[in-house]
Amino acid sequence: MLEIAGVSKRFGGLLAVDAASLTAERGAITGLIGPNGAGKTTLFAIIAGFLEPDQGSIRFEGEEIVGIPPHRLARRGLVRTFQIMQPFQGLTVRENIAVGCHLRLPNRAAALAGAEAVARRVGMEALLDQPAATLTIAGRKRLELARALATDPKLLLLDEVMAGLTPTEIAELLPVIEAIRAGGTTILMIEHVMAAVMSLAEQVYVLSDGRVIAAGPPADIVADPLVIEAYLGHGAAERLQRQQMGEVAGA
Amino acid sequence: MLVLLPLPLALRSDFWLHFAIMTLYGALLGQAWNLLGGYGGQRSFGHAAFFGTGAYAAAVLQLRLGINPWLCLPLAALSGAAAAGVVGALSFRYGLRGSYFALATLAFAEVFRIVADSISLTGAGDGLQIPLHPSALNFQFTGRAGFFWTLWLMTALAMALAWWIENSRFGAELVAVRENEDAARALGVDPFRIKLLAALLSGALSGLAGAFYVQYFLYLDPRLAYGLEVSVTALLVPLIGGAGTVLGPLIGALTLRALDQLASAVTGDAPGLNLVFYGALLIAILAFVPDGLVSLGRRVRLRRAHA
Repeated sequence: MLEIAGVSKRFGGLLAVDAASLTAERGAITGLIGPNGAGKTTLFAIIAGFLEPDQGSIRFEGEEIVGIPPHRLARRGLVRTFQIMQPFQGLTVRENIAVGCHLRLPNRAAALAGAEAVARRVGMEALLDQPAATLTIAGRKRLELARALATDPKLLLLDEVMAGLTPTEIAELLPVIEAIRAGGTTILMIEHVMAAVMSLAEQVYVLSDGRVIAAGPPADIVADPLVIEAYLGHGAAERLQRQQMGEVAGA
Repeated sequence: MLVLLPLPLALRSDFWLHFAIMTLYGALLGQAWNLLGGYGGQRSFGHAAFFGTGAYAAAVLQLRLGINPWLCLPLAALSGAAAAGVVGALSFRYGLRGSYFALATLAFAEVFRIVADSISLTGAGDGLQIPLHPSALNFQFTGRAGFFWTLWLMTALAMALAWWIENSRFGAELVAVRENEDAARALGVDPFRIKLLAALLSGALSGLAGAFYVQYFLYLDPRLAYGLEVSVTALLVPLIGGAGTVLGPLIGALTLRALDQLASAVTGDAPGLNLVFYGALLIAILAFVPDGLVSLGRRVRLRRAHA
């Protein structure tokens, strides 16, 4: 569905993304994790056409998409959400979602009706007539998801839709995302909430300092010493191992 | 709007009919601004550029080529749209937003004024006088009622356009671009195309208002066509009445016109004094009813609903 090969992006002296390669299989949920500042959101912005990479190739459904503007990619079925939520503040939830529906539905009434259907899918039907500006964090996260979903995407890029949610809210959102995948949408998600990645993703990529340092099923990834070091600092994996050994020896 | 249709029959006095015409004229100009600035959030400070181009098109085409003034109407609308297309395409292509867009439009209007001031096609600084040939066929009515009905039709068209915007995909996408351009792009909206379309519609209506102005006053010069007063009226009217609403410009135009009349009654016709009143009113509106006068009605209704 999506193949990224050797993508790099430099901002002045900072190499934000460094020859990153990853693949999102059709119909799967692929996770993208990594410490803060690793370049995950930059990579998303590049995939969705908001930024142009300095190097590398991105193929969507077999075709090169580097240089294509975001709105054309959205029409082709590649849609992102924003980590920092970007609701249309002055509009109601219904009107917000309807903008997404309009991508496939020219008729206003049809788009508004479509917005209701999408709101039901993400559990927002009670909030349809609320102004987006009055939503809670969880509400805004759902709205991001709903709007993107309303465009009927083939590939959905979710940028930390779980961040800032309570455990209950996360538990409510997991089946929603699972249902989106079951509906035939491929998902590539950036996520800090490891429980979500573990239960949803088949394949996980770890980005650190702009480079993909590990890839594999989530269970392997969390045991990978390189990944532990990326999160906890140099030598952390070894220390952890020694500690565990010590505990075993002590017992 | 329909209620206003028989107004000329009720109003015997020329004074009040002129008042009604100038109100509708303000509403038309304000609605033109509203399409781009209210719904699209692209707040222009130089709508005179489009108004003046339409006005000059109407004047020059009938004076130099002998085209019937009625036929000049659509041509003036096209000219206004073309001017807006050029200004819009340049500004939007280079991503000018907010005050930068406002300044760019202001500069364009000034450039147009200076050009009109110096070339012979537009009569330069002397302006253009349309010879008096009173006849309805010639778009020169003998009474004011004919002007009123013509203008009523144009304003109704402008309001219908605003209504369509509120109930169409184009309008939904335009408002989305106003609220958050990046989010709109992510959902498949091409901001450049949408803003340019809004500019074309806005320019066409401005050009129409310009052509009407020429027929009503039969005189045009660079300051009347491209002066700051037109641009200020175009933006004050919807801001006072309520930007991004169908009724806002009409209410704003009525308020502004009434205030104008009051000001000249109190102070005599001191030139430029009306602008002082405009400024004071704008400050008051922005401070107390930032969403325009139409929002007052909504507030009252809400309060009743809560009581």
